[in-house]
Amino acid sequence: MRSFIGFVRKEAFHILRDKQTFWIMLLMPLVQVLLFGFAVRTDVYDIRLAIVDPAPGPASRALVEQFNASPRFRLMGVYASTAPLEVGFREGTFRQAIVLPSDLDRALVGRAPVPVELVTDAADPNTGSIMQAYASAILQRWHGEQVQRAGGVRLDVAARMRFNPTLASVNLFVPGLIALVLTMVSAMMTSISITREKETGTMEMLLVSPLHPWAIVVGKVVPYVVLGFANVLLVLGAAREVFGMPLRGSITLLLAESLLYILTALALGIVISTRADTQRTAMIAAMAGLLLPTLLLSGFIFPIDSMPAPLRVISNIVPARWFLIIVRGIMVKGAGITTLWQETVILAVQTLVLLVVGARRLAIRLE
Amino acid sequence: MTREAGGSAGDPRAVAAHAVEVRDFTKRFGQVTAVDGVSVDIAQGELFGFIGPDGAGKTTLFRTMVTLLVPDAGSVKVLGRDVVDDLWELRARVGYMPGRFSLYPDLSAMENLQFFASVFGTSVEAGMSIIEPIWRQLAPFAGRRAGALSGGMKQKLALCCALVHAPDILFLDEPTTGVDAVSRREFWDLLDRLRAGGLTIVVSTPYMDEAIRCDRVALMQKGKLLLVDTPQAIGDAYPRPLFAVRATDRLGTLGVLRRFPHAAAVWPFGEVVHYTDARAGMADASIIAELETFAGASGVDDLEVQAIDAGIEDAFMWHMMAQEGV
Repeated sequence: MRSFIGFVRKEAFHILRDKQTFWIMLLMPLVQVLLFGFAVRTDVYDIRLAIVDPAPGPASRALVEQFNASPRFRLMGVYASTAPLEVGFREGTFRQAIVLPSDLDRALVGRAPVPVELVTDAADPNTGSIMQAYASAILQRWHGEQVQRAGGVRLDVAARMRFNPTLASVNLFVPGLIALVLTMVSAMMTSISITREKETGTMEMLLVSPLHPWAIVVGKVVPYVVLGFANVLLVLGAAREVFGMPLRGSITLLLAESLLYILTALALGIVISTRADTQRTAMIAAMAGLLLPTLLLSGFIFPIDSMPAPLRVISNIVPARWFLIIVRGIMVKGAGITTLWQETVILAVQTLVLLVVGARRLAIRLE
Repeated sequence: MTREAGGSAGDPRAVAAHAVEVRDFTKRFGQVTAVDGVSVDIAQGELFGFIGPDGAGKTTLFRTMVTLLVPDAGSVKVLGRDVVDDLWELRARVGYMPGRFSLYPDLSAMENLQFFASVFGTSVEAGMSIIEPIWRQLAPFAGRRAGALSGGMKQKLALCCALVHAPDILFLDEPTTGVDAVSRREFWDLLDRLRAGGLTIVVSTPYMDEAIRCDRVALMQKGKLLLVDTPQAIGDAYPRPLFAVRATDRLGTLGVLRRFPHAAAVWPFGEVVHYTDARAGMADASIIAELETFAGASGVDDLEVQAIDAGIEDAFMWHMMAQEGV
């Protein structure tokens, strides 16, 4: 016990005295929340729109009004022909255009489909599809009203985006950010701090002591658990205060699951440190082997459903994937352990496997 | 302190006849044989030195003795315990100071000491009686970061850290490498005091002037043990007449002496050149006369030749050359 306290104390000194790294570790998550929150938005505003209306009438005027009323669109002009579109799109004056048929009023009362063309600048495919969805929604509503006015039957589709009605992107990235930050602090920093002892030769002194390597590792990681936990609270606090992110489920459950994921990340860091002999190797391994999968294969940025089959299979072994489902479930949907137990069990099993692998590889000697 | 051999292995307080027993120890790393069939016994309470240049296999031997490496062949026993089988028991009783500076530079001297005390399950207070003579010199710098200590102070702190748990045997791998001459002497004075207290100390060094301060030394070269004896005996056993040669042109003298037909070995030694004659049993005076005549013929006329007793360095050079000649 004395050894353990001595270890934690010493490791805390290391962390606190390396001021630069300490502040980076503590503030980086905050900066990331703000960056993701303000800069990396997936909701789109100020869409520059052109409408081509060869034969203005009441129906087309209603459409123009609807787009004018939407905060997401900026109507750049209503034109009689499609001539300005080509140049406008190329120069970026327009990002979206709606081309109405010349016989709009007649077509609306007819039985044939109304040929309305929706052109979108898809240079950035994500933004493109989002813009398209916004415009389609307005077009559909407008069409419904016009058909009703013409005496037809209006199909009333009541679309509701549940859990995130405003499609706020903060709900999407905060859970991913927590996973990312914990991977960085817990896995990368522990693997670096363990390999540092190997590199500087202090591990040689520690190995000769009667302490089992396990005690050494546990003593080393405990302060990083605390640091990781502080990071979780910081990210959650910032997301709530700055972006008004909801926390619908139990905070206790959320923190408990975070603790589980911190353990997972620590186990990953231990596995890396048993293989890497230098801090540099450990860092590269953590970057390539942990950060990238956490970023790309967890569903943080790219939806898992739209990945090719092999990547979808690989994503199953990325612990962040399960942690993400859990955090989104708790924060956004208010889900409890009864719905999230499967993911929790998967994460726990992964942690256990990693710990066993790390324990088997932990050398009691220099070779 | 010493007890007769044969204490049963089950008795934890059993003291083996030898503090260290190395038998035909061989260690390979890939294609390289770092230590090649070394056998040596180190007695209880002895200050024993392994002397040899870099790459002689000293560090590999030390790491094996402190349970960090496993022999490929042969056996190594410390305090009567096998370094492979009795790993955990040995680790509590062994003190070790690795060759590389192995303290935490961002922790203060006191914090380093406290940490290593806690790692060995003890406290600085409990260990103070052992480390007091060393710590006394360090105490003024207790609050200074270890990274900001001078080389000599670092070594003393490392020694404190290796001693704080009162080990039964102390292994020091090149403790004075990279330390200034004064600090080196102080360090060896400390080792003398520890030895006087009954502690067995095994030390390695590339400096031959330090070998004289050991009870016995082992000369190591290329993984092999050349000889083991007291420093005095090693010098006495020098097999040929040895002379110190002084001249203004030291470099020229070196070349001239090497051309002398009876030269067995010639090497620079500080201000002078040490010359070993190949002929045993010749009178010193006649060799000196021959040398002066030969040198005079080669243009070196201020030669001062003096017959001397071989020191351990001469012995080591001689044995090294003999091994290389094979």
